[in-house]
Amino acid sequence: MSAVTVRISDDALALACGADAVADAFAAAGCTVIRVSSWGMHWLEPLAEIDGHGFGPLTPGDVGAVLAGTSPLGIGRIVAHPFIARQERLTFARAGKIRPLSLDDYAATGGWIGLERARELGAEATIAEVTRSGLRGRGGAGFPAGIKWTTVAKAPSPRKYVVCNADEGDSGTFADRMVMEGDPYHLIEGMAIAGFAVGAQRGYVYIRSEYPHAIAKMRAAVERAAPIIAPFRIEVRVGAGAYVCGEETSLLNSLEGKRGEVRAKPPLPALEGLFGQPTVVNNVLTLTAVPWIMANGAAHYASVGFGRSRGTMPIQIAGNVRHGGLFEVGFGITLGELVMDIGGGTASGRPVRAVQVGGPLGAYHPPSDFHLPFDYESFAAADALIGHAGITVFDDTVDLSAQARFAMQFCAVESCGKCTPCRIGSTRGVEVLDRIRARTGRVADRVETLPQMHNAKKGARTLSEDIALLTDLCETMKFGSLCALGGFTPYPVLSALRWFPEDFGLPARVQEAAE
Amino acid sequence: MAPMTPTELDRILAAHAGREGALLPILHDVQAAFGHVGEETVRAIAAALNLSRAEVHGVVSFYHDFHETPAPRPVIKLCRAESCQARGGEALAATLAGETRVTIEPVYCLGLCSVGPNAMVGDGLHARLNAARLSALVENVALENVAGESRA
Repeated sequence: MSAVTVRISDDALALACGADAVADAFAAAGCTVIRVSSWGMHWLEPLAEIDGHGFGPLTPGDVGAVLAGTSPLGIGRIVAHPFIARQERLTFARAGKIRPLSLDDYAATGGWIGLERARELGAEATIAEVTRSGLRGRGGAGFPAGIKWTTVAKAPSPRKYVVCNADEGDSGTFADRMVMEGDPYHLIEGMAIAGFAVGAQRGYVYIRSEYPHAIAKMRAAVERAAPIIAPFRIEVRVGAGAYVCGEETSLLNSLEGKRGEVRAKPPLPALEGLFGQPTVVNNVLTLTAVPWIMANGAAHYASVGFGRSRGTMPIQIAGNVRHGGLFEVGFGITLGELVMDIGGGTASGRPVRAVQVGGPLGAYHPPSDFHLPFDYESFAAADALIGHAGITVFDDTVDLSAQARFAMQFCAVESCGKCTPCRIGSTRGVEVLDRIRARTGRVADRVETLPQMHNAKKGARTLSEDIALLTDLCETMKFGSLCALGGFTPYPVLSALRWFPEDFGLPARVQEAAE
Repeated sequence: MAPMTPTELDRILAAHAGREGALLPILHDVQAAFGHVGEETVRAIAAALNLSRAEVHGVVSFYHDFHETPAPRPVIKLCRAESCQARGGEALAATLAGETRVTIEPVYCLGLCSVGPNAMVGDGLHARLNAARLSALVENVALENVAGESRA
């Protein structure tokens, strides 16, 4: 057989599933192996592509059958696969198609056109273009990127920064990692455009230490791309295992070499950010949307989407789901389509009971929420958030009171300690939830039984009193915390309580027709 | 483990001299070189960066990645976050109760959320774990540690 060319991903997820061994087996069989970015069809990894046809998930033992044409693991043409064909890939246009660190591949697939056009248009027109596109921050808050850039551009300072928030700590999210490992020059181009537009000289990419492969790829890419983006300079910095550093002000403190404690706002980072200088802090997905907007025009980008959420969102389908992976599509697709049609329901084959959207700080949704269109406003109206667009699917074995306790416990472990509602509230939340889960009630302690404590309750607290206490505590955390860690932890807790009261010892919800 | 020679620390400090916000990069290099950030090292870093020892100690103790004492056993980081929970991660973690040859540390998300439960050893990633695969991983890590000690 003449040399067959086999394309296999070298993305961290493919490696974790054993892609290297499969690649070695193809090489040993005389094939030319090319390591490329991942298509994002994770249930098929390690996925091999031969002449546009996909085979997966493979083990080294399957290689012989694939080459002989007798493998049952073929999925046909990859671009025609429903999971890929249904997507609208703008940010992930190169996924599966390029060698991540090849400057030739990047330039041949439309790379650097956005940066060139920005330089032709000038800084002001570049910001105007981004503003017109309607691009909103993809980190979770959904703040308009153009407005943030305008603030930084207008701030009078000779020293400005662009900081890319690549501290992707939310469970159920991996889009930032896939960009950095599969298309690193794309992020670099986005940062260079941002730097040019606001007049910044330096950029930092803050990557979490749990992503060693992304760190290595970004470091290599930054070095190779340096002459192209000059005089703008980018440096990769590594986090140190603190979830809270995904919050922008805490991230800035961490970059400065301090404890990752949250800062009070104002002052906004756009005016007083890194080392007190005007700073653009944007998520990886926000910055990688920019080169496409600059190359293809704001109007084209804004023509996709739903309501005030314009453009596409790289949605990450994860957890107990059959077809997990990266699904980029215009805003407005419903949650049910994502979980059932595209995700194919649970991997365990059991019924879907709950879906958490937006990471550890996102709400749990029952299947009755499957009609919700995926956009910022629709989710906010349903007391929920889309966050970084991670969807974690759970089957009917999940205990939502345990998940609520986990949310509080996670907040307690990861709290930076700066504000009281988060630091102490989370621990008290774990305690209340433990009592609710054990159905023990709380007996009055020594202080409460003192004769002078007239108003303290002397008997045991009932379940409904504990539930009221939990709700009240959540209210305090939601409105009293400095940042989203303490402020959003109530979302998973209260949504679990609202939709799945039977898991907390309360009567189940009556099925309402209008729900 | 490499002995904590002053020259190695001097080399790390010199490599980061003049860098903006150099403390975290320095601590990462120290942790990688020595396996922990000891009291003497904290003193030297504080002097080099013109910080108080309290400031450096505050940073070391804030971040999960930095340790004040070396890990006594090899570490397997097992993801305990929601997506791995949804795929049976908690039951899997329970199978390792009483494991004494390796330290099982929780990690909150490795970004492989569609193929969990996942674990990380050093920079190596392991996905689609079940009880058998995890126990084989523990066995490998424990054996490598014994082999490493007998070589040293």
